[in-house]
Amino acid sequence: MGTMKNKLATLGYGQIEEGKNGLTFTVPAEKSYETAHWLRFDEGFDYLFDLVGMDYGDRLGVIYYLSRSKDPATMLVLKTDTPDREKPELDSVHALWESANLYEREVYDFFGIIFLNHPDMRRIFLRADWKGHPLRKDYDTDPILNPVPQRNEFLSEMERVPSFTLQMGQEVEESHKLFGHDEYVVNFGPQHPAMHGVLHLRVSLDGEIIRKVDPNFGYIHRGIEKMCEGYTYPQILHLADRLDYLSGTINRHAVCLCCEQALGIQAPPRAQYVRTILDELTRIASHLLGWGCMCMDMGSITAFVYGMRDREKIMDIFEETAGGRLMVNYSVIGGLAQDIHPDFQRKVKEFIPYMRRMLREHHLLFTGNPIARGRMEGIGYLPEQEAISLGATGPSGRASGWHNDIRKIAPYAAYDKVDFEEVLRPGGLTFDRYIIRLDEIEESLRIIEQLIDSMPEGPYAEKTKAIIKLPEGEYLQRVENARGQFGVHITSRGGKTPFRVKFRSPSLVLVGALKAIAPKTKVADLIMLGASLDYVIPCIDR
Amino acid sequence: MLDFSNVTNWIDTTLHRYLSDGWALATEFVLIALMLLIAYAILALVLIYMERKVCAFFQCRIGPNRVGKWGLLQSVADMVKILLKELVHINRADHFLFRVASFVVIIGSICTFGALPFAKGLQAIDFNVGVFYLLAVSSVGVVGILLAGWSSNSKYTMIGAMRSGAQLISYEISAGLSVLAVVILAGTMQVSEIVALQTDRWFIFQGHIPACIAFLTYLIAGHAETNRGPFDLPEAESELTAGYHTEYSGIQFGFFYLAEYMNMFIIAAIGSTLFLGGWMPLHIPGWESFNHVMDLVPSFIWFFGKTFFCIFLALWVRWSFPRLRIDQLLSLEWKVLMPICLVNLVLMSLVVIF
Repeated sequence: MGTMKNKLATLGYGQIEEGKNGLTFTVPAEKSYETAHWLRFDEGFDYLFDLVGMDYGDRLGVIYYLSRSKDPATMLVLKTDTPDREKPELDSVHALWESANLYEREVYDFFGIIFLNHPDMRRIFLRADWKGHPLRKDYDTDPILNPVPQRNEFLSEMERVPSFTLQMGQEVEESHKLFGHDEYVVNFGPQHPAMHGVLHLRVSLDGEIIRKVDPNFGYIHRGIEKMCEGYTYPQILHLADRLDYLSGTINRHAVCLCCEQALGIQAPPRAQYVRTILDELTRIASHLLGWGCMCMDMGSITAFVYGMRDREKIMDIFEETAGGRLMVNYSVIGGLAQDIHPDFQRKVKEFIPYMRRMLREHHLLFTGNPIARGRMEGIGYLPEQEAISLGATGPSGRASGWHNDIRKIAPYAAYDKVDFEEVLRPGGLTFDRYIIRLDEIEESLRIIEQLIDSMPEGPYAEKTKAIIKLPEGEYLQRVENARGQFGVHITSRGGKTPFRVKFRSPSLVLVGALKAIAPKTKVADLIMLGASLDYVIPCIDR
Repeated sequence: MLDFSNVTNWIDTTLHRYLSDGWALATEFVLIALMLLIAYAILALVLIYMERKVCAFFQCRIGPNRVGKWGLLQSVADMVKILLKELVHINRADHFLFRVASFVVIIGSICTFGALPFAKGLQAIDFNVGVFYLLAVSSVGVVGILLAGWSSNSKYTMIGAMRSGAQLISYEISAGLSVLAVVILAGTMQVSEIVALQTDRWFIFQGHIPACIAFLTYLIAGHAETNRGPFDLPEAESELTAGYHTEYSGIQFGFFYLAEYMNMFIIAAIGSTLFLGGWMPLHIPGWESFNHVMDLVPSFIWFFGKTFFCIFLALWVRWSFPRLRIDQLLSLEWKVLMPICLVNLVLMSLVVIF
């Protein structure tokens, strides 16, 4: 860290701060691209973890969370802002990190910050005719301004892609049509049997072969980040469950950890163990569903039902202990909502050998199937460098050989007390993304096995104040959910509600990865590739 | 053994006693058509129920169990529902072709259904080119599917129809070549004679290895012709929502649905007639008493038993395998199945000669 600090100091501009999450480097807007470029190509920060838009009240800005694929534990926070609230402009970094493409659209949508040289400055979640930028502090929520629309959005409006460039000091707006007049464009979604949620893909086809994919988001956008600004911290937990509903427990855990980190408390060991076990059970359930959906998207409905059958056992364990099945609502700030059910340990111990047996059956039924192998092998190559640049974390990134497991990089809860392997596969093909999920189930079982018997006695929650107020500051917590790195960024100004909350969705960038790997494959592959990346739409449409 | 020709002859003579020749013939036509239609509908209901139950057991579920005992009336209830459903009007579709399509599909399948020998003496029509007729009419359906896909004015249906066209025409070749192997063995195309020739041993036993190969290729190609998984690309629900019949509703959709199930039955029935002896009981030369016992089982039970066995194979495959991709589907046919069928044809000729 010291050398990095010296290097930053030699630049001769910007402010350096040292924080819990690593170095924070604040640069003026006109230097931001230059610095980012330097960090990307000279210093090897090849992974943009997240890009957070901020409204400081008087200034608008963005925060880049950067990391290196070679040294993933280090984080560098790059900040920049602009005082211009009428027409805020910043330089786009989409050329440095491909994931910035979608992140910057999100910031533009919510804060109105225009990213110069960005090729696609459409709104990402809200409709093109929406007035105002909702996450700005001066946003007018009057329903008269944005009434419930009476007509559908025209496809021609969705396809008009504006972009802004700076030419001779003048900002120039250009726009082009996304699809040519003679392209055969098919809508997949928002309602489609194979879309996992309401994602809308506009796909340009050449016979059966895909030429271009354009994802449209926002059909179930609920404004969770905006809602968080009006909610107290314990209330936010419930929203976190509803982001990626298949790894709800893990997301909630992340928010709890973030608040605990800010408050300077730590959950008691018993709570940490239970949280870890629950996280791993959630991961197994999610992978089972992901596996089943992928099989179903390849036309094997039976495999899907088998996945659901095994998942049901986990849901039953959750129900007994926490009361909830899908929305477990179990972790709270400081620990757990209540102690575990007396049968919890027994049921989990029964589940482990059952799941091992079923895993063998799944391999027998589907992995070895020649048709399934024929479909998956050699399709959808995602090279490691591209996965990093796209920010495709989680099993999808690990299938490309990218070491990105937060449980190993920055262990939280009880992960540093267990022995498990981060499954890496060098292939980067669909089959790797398929098999890695089943292998991760095995690893999760190993983690649970080690924890379930050595669970410490003691309190299940730390005492917290009735009204939780986080001290002023910025906090970031990363966890590994079933789809990849999930991040919670909280900016607090000392009140009982946060000033800004940003969730880093692993699914959003996975759709970006789909866009990158889908061209030149066939229609049938598109669906399968989507399932192999295993994105969950409510996590994207926060 | 129960011979249905006694019954049919009795009806024929009774009608002729009371009516003039022309009227008697007309009455018989109507009666046969009525019987066939009723059998068609009932069989489809049975098949739908069977599919749902079998698939449920493959998937560790119970399947329909609310309507009637063991859910037996479920498919009847579904039929009533589908009859009462609204026919959705499709904007900017070619309405004439749109409506014609569903009829073309079902006419093709009913025509084939009419020429099947259900039991001893129970065959409505017995051409001397029966096998040729079966192959010809069963491929009319593809015209309906192409029409449906084209006239719906939707991109999903269009892709589904194009896939279907490519698939059905390709697999027709393999199915035809496999059937041809049997024709070589039998030396006739008349369905009743083919069945009669299997009195001693079924063709699958008579024809040695080539007959077994032909049976296998026929099952695969026939399965592909019914548009069911793993060959269900034309309707691939996870890609094309419902493929060529996405835009259909109510009874028009019902026709496609019916035709799909009945095509499965027809393919299985032709397979069991040509390879497994049709309604002919299992006979082993030399074992007189055994043959006698086998003869006691009514012929229609033999026919339906064998047919439902073939259907069960189809269901088993459907609920176990994922779907092929279009290029894999076509290369399977043109690079694997068709060469095998051609070689098999030569083999079969050699078997017949020596």
